[in-house]
Amino acid sequence: MIRVILPAHLRALARINGEVHLEIAGQVTQRSVLDALEARHPALRGTIRAHDGGPRRAFIRFFACEQDLSHEQPDTPLPDPVAEGTEPYLIVGAMAGG
Amino acid sequence: MTGVRVLAGTRKGAFVLTSDGRRERWEVSGPHFAGWEVYHLKGSPADPDRLYASQSSGWSGQVIQRSDDGGATWEPMGNQFAYDGTPGTHQWYDGTPHPWEFERVWHLEPSLDDPDTVWAGVEDAGLFRSADGGRSWQELPGLRGHDTGPSWQPGAGGMCLHTILLDPSAAGRMFAAISAAGVFRSDDAGQTWRPINRGLQSEGIPDPDAEVGHCVHRIAMHPARPRVLFMQKHWDVMRSDDGGESWHEISGNLPTDFGFPIDVHAHEPETIYVVPITSDAQHYPPEGKLRVYRSRTGGGDWEPLTKGLPQEHCYVNVLRDAMAVDSLDSCGVYFGTTGGQVYASADSGDSWAPIVRDLPAVLSVEVQTLP
Repeated sequence: MIRVILPAHLRALARINGEVHLEIAGQVTQRSVLDALEARHPALRGTIRAHDGGPRRAFIRFFACEQDLSHEQPDTPLPDPVAEGTEPYLIVGAMAGG
Repeated sequence: MTGVRVLAGTRKGAFVLTSDGRRERWEVSGPHFAGWEVYHLKGSPADPDRLYASQSSGWSGQVIQRSDDGGATWEPMGNQFAYDGTPGTHQWYDGTPHPWEFERVWHLEPSLDDPDTVWAGVEDAGLFRSADGGRSWQELPGLRGHDTGPSWQPGAGGMCLHTILLDPSAAGRMFAAISAAGVFRSDDAGQTWRPINRGLQSEGIPDPDAEVGHCVHRIAMHPARPRVLFMQKHWDVMRSDDGGESWHEISGNLPTDFGFPIDVHAHEPETIYVVPITSDAQHYPPEGKLRVYRSRTGGGDWEPLTKGLPQEHCYVNVLRDAMAVDSLDSCGVYFGTTGGQVYASADSGDSWAPIVRDLPAVLSVEVQTLP
């Protein structure tokens, strides 16, 4: 089980309370997590990355295990604690604007 | 009794303000989409319970919301706005070519007769259409693909297609206004377009009467007389009596002819409203007095409307999409300010009162007259 935590504005958009829990078959990467997340919550399409799996939006960041994974390649495997569900995968609105 | 529903888009959400026909007591619903910019909301003329809203944020981009119950509940629709083909370039502020990039939807214009059809005016300037209630969007590339497209430049607020007018008397005729390109007309439902800016004079561009390049802030039409168009340009208030083929100035005795919105009385096609703003460098009313100006002669001769509006220390702006009229017997006029007030007049502008005083900065105001 993969644990995903979204920023408040996206939880409100997709009407999500708390964490999102996803089951992912195969390798756990940022791409596979986001694919599963958008499949579960289509309202999120285009709000985290471009449509059709395109690049991350400029003011969205991806963190896990106290690391900034925003600039990692989308098919790079996520850290084991994320894949094992002991640590969440954080989708974060960058500290920008008001 | 009939009533009205005012739809206010703000920097931090949308608000729905409802009243009966007296327009004295108001119920306020919101913020909807709290924290997001809502550039525009508008109801379908064919189904007043069908509303569309443009929700956006710097973090997460564009969302389109739809309500089928008059704004009580909302559902996210499609948000993929892909330019047709290879987008090409327009001019950037420094005159260099810049790729066309979708930024946001500025304006949503529902069809006059089909609740599922809606047009979207976007930044960078382009026109999109949905025929499935907002689930999917297709560009009408004839506008952006006009021969002059590569020469269009953004205004200070971005290169936005901010006004879409549908002519109720001529199937397929529509108008679009772009900052800072000008006004364009289509006679074939948006497939092909031509600029209609003859008569405009803009000192801020190298050729003051160029075919395109004018910073048109807003255009308005009375549905009973769609060949007559009114325009608030960056500077100058203008009028056309021939469907945009030519324009002449009607600024007359206005204290300043800079401003953003312009609108037409629901029952008097020669009665129009503007909100003069000091200048392009000072986006607030002259002398700190918030005054709507009304002309009952189709322009040229203007009177200030001040009753109920602050007449000292007022330094708000009224943005281009933030004025609307209802069609009750005594025409209501509404506008919102960047200070968060939404003012209403139930007597054609003779007197005003705030519906709300402390919203986030108001980006747009629309009103629906309910059966």
